Amino acid sequence: MYHYSDFDAAFVRERVAQFRGQVERRIDGSLTEDEFKPLRLMNGLYLQLHAYMLRVAIPYGTINGRQMRQLAMIAKRWDKGYGHFTTRQNIQFNWPKLADVPDMLDALADVEMHAIQTSGNTIRNVTADHFAGAAGDEIADPRPYAELLRQWSTDHPEFQFLPRKFKVAVTGAEADRAVIRAHDIGLQIVERDGARGFRVFVGGGLGRTPMIGKVLRDFLPEEDLLPYSEAIVSVWNLLGRRDNKYKARIKITVHEHGVEEISRLVEERFAQIRPNFSGVDQQMLAAIRKQFSLPDLDDRPMDGFTAAYDSDPVFRSWVDTNVTAHRRDDHAIVSISLKAHGATPGDATSEQMEVMAALAEGFGHDELRISHEQNVILPHVARADLPTIHATLREAGLATANIGLASDIIACPGMDYCALATARSIPVAQDIATRLDALKVERDVGPLKIKISGCINACGHHHVGHIGILGLDRAGVENYQITLGGDGTEDAAIGTRTGPGFAYDQIVPAVERLIDCYLDLREDPSETFIQAYRRVGMGPFKSALYPKKEAARAA
Amino acid sequence: MSRRFTPKVVTANHLMEGDAIWLCEDDSWTRDMSRAEILEDVAHADLRLLHAQAQPHIAVGAYLADAEPTPKGPQPTHFREAFRTRGPSNYDHGKQAEADL
Repeated sequence: MYHYSDFDAAFVRERVAQFRGQVERRIDGSLTEDEFKPLRLMNGLYLQLHAYMLRVAIPYGTINGRQMRQLAMIAKRWDKGYGHFTTRQNIQFNWPKLADVPDMLDALADVEMHAIQTSGNTIRNVTADHFAGAAGDEIADPRPYAELLRQWSTDHPEFQFLPRKFKVAVTGAEADRAVIRAHDIGLQIVERDGARGFRVFVGGGLGRTPMIGKVLRDFLPEEDLLPYSEAIVSVWNLLGRRDNKYKARIKITVHEHGVEEISRLVEERFAQIRPNFSGVDQQMLAAIRKQFSLPDLDDRPMDGFTAAYDSDPVFRSWVDTNVTAHRRDDHAIVSISLKAHGATPGDATSEQMEVMAALAEGFGHDELRISHEQNVILPHVARADLPTIHATLREAGLATANIGLASDIIACPGMDYCALATARSIPVAQDIATRLDALKVERDVGPLKIKISGCINACGHHHVGHIGILGLDRAGVENYQITLGGDGTEDAAIGTRTGPGFAYDQIVPAVERLIDCYLDLREDPSETFIQAYRRVGMGPFKSALYPKKEAARAA
Repeated sequence: MSRRFTPKVVTANHLMEGDAIWLCEDDSWTRDMSRAEILEDVAHADLRLLHAQAQPHIAVGAYLADAEPTPKGPQPTHFREAFRTRGPSNYDHGKQAEADL
C-alpha cells in the first residue's frame, strides 16, 4: 500500500501544527466561531448534537494493521472506546474534546493518516471498490488512480472554495461495488483496443435531488485522468449555483445545462489545460502503482479449509455469506460484518479494531479495507487460514454471517449524533436486525439491501437501497418514508416512494410486511427481492404496506 | 399575522466539551435543562439570546428552543431537544450516563 513521501508527511504535520494554533486562538478568544468554523471543518472537525465529531479519511478504504491499532488507541484515549465507519470509507469519532483534537491529529499523522478535506466544500476522500486488488473480476486495481486523485485534489488551490462538496469514486470492475454512479465523478476502469482508460460518469448523487450519474466520456485515456478531472471540477466551479446550496452540487449543474453542454464546456477546458500536464503525473502514477502490487501469496493446501467447511455448519454458513472469491482460488476475501444483530451498523470497539489489526498482520498481508457498506475487509487471506480467522472473529463478536443479507443494513448516525438529522436511524437498524434474527428468515430471504438515512441528505444511501428508509420530522414526530427498488450497483436505480410514511414504532412491522410479501410472491428462492420487485412492480408491496387503505378502496 | 410566542430556553453547545448547555437566570450555564431560565416574553427572549451570543468563549451556536414550563423546570417539547438532554439511544453515553454518576 501507499506510504507517505517526505512531502506528504511534512504537509500533514504542518496542517496539524496550523490547526493546533487555530484551536489555541479559538480557546483564548482571538478567533470567533465564525472564523474558526471553516478552519475546523477543513480538518474534519464537526460540532454535532452531543459533542464534537472528528471524521478521519481512510483513502480508498485501505489501511494496515498499525493504522487500525492507532485508530483503536485514539478511540480509547480520547473518545469512548469505539469508532464509527461510514458510507464514504471514513471513520468518525463521536466524542472528542476540542482541546484534544490536535493531539488526535498528531497521532493520526504518526501513522500516515489525516482528516483533511473530510468536510467543507472541497474534493472529499476519494473512495474505491473495497475488493480492489483482490477481486477476480477487475481490469486493474483502482487504488493507484484514487491515490493520484487524492494527491491532486488535496489542497488544490483552485478547488478549496467549491460551490459545494465534491465526491469521487473509482472502480476497476464492471460490477460496481463503489456506488460510482451516485458520485459527482464516478470512474470505471475500462480497456479499449488494448489501451487502458476510464468510463467517466458525472453528476450522480443522492440527497435532496437524487440523480444517477451520466456518462460524460465513454473512454478517457488513462493519461488524461487528471487534466480531464480538473476540467470537470473547473467548469462546475464557475457554473455551480453558489446562490442556493440545494442547487449547488454538480448533479444540478448537469441537469440544468444538460450533459451535452457540460461535455462541450469540459472538452473546451480540457483542451486548454491539457498541455500543462507534462507527464509528471504519469511518472508519479507509475511510482504509486508499484506500492499497490499484489502481495506475494504462498500456495496453500485446501484440505484444512475443506474439512472445516464440510464438518462445521457455523463456519460453513459464515463462509457462504462473508467470504468472496479471490483472484486466486486458494485465497479468499473475507468481509468482517460490523452488523451483529442489534448492534450499531459500522461501529467497532477498540478491542475489535485490535483483533482485526492482528488478523491482518497475522494472516492478511497487513491489509484491511473499509467498505462503503460499513464493514471491514481482509482482502488477501489463504483459505487454509479461514477456520482460525473465523474462530478469532467469533471470540470478538465479529463473526456475524450476514454480509449482503437483510440485517447487513447501512445506517447513517441519524439523530443519535448528527446535528442535521431529522430522525433517528441507528435504533431503526438495530430493531430491524433484531427482529430478523428472531424470525430466523434472512437466509431464506437472501440478498436484500436495506439502507436507512436520518435526513434528506441521504448519507445512509436510502435511495439506492432495495428497501430504503428515510427518517423525517413530521410535525414534531419521527416519521419514516419507504422507497423500493433502489440499486447502487452497475444497474443503478433510484427507489420509488411507496406512499405515506410510518411512525417510529410502525417502521419495523412495515419492513417485516415487505419481506413477507416478497417471500409469498417470489417465483422460487433463486429470485431475489430486487428481481421480484422488478418483475411485479410496486403494487403487491404497496398492498402489503397499507392493507387498510387497500381494503377501504376495495369496499 | 404573527404566531403567538411559545415559551423558550436559550441553548447552545459548550465550546470545549461540545455538549448541550442551557442558559440560567443568573447568567450561568447549566448541563441540566430543567435548571434553565424559561423565557415567556419575546423581547426578553431576544435579549437573553443576544447575551448568550456574546459569550463565544463558552457557548457555540446559541439558539432559542421551545420548552414547556413545568413545576420541575423547563422540559423539551421536540424530540430533538429531548435527545439533547439525554444523549444517543444506542449507547449509555452523554448526559444520561453522567446523570447515573
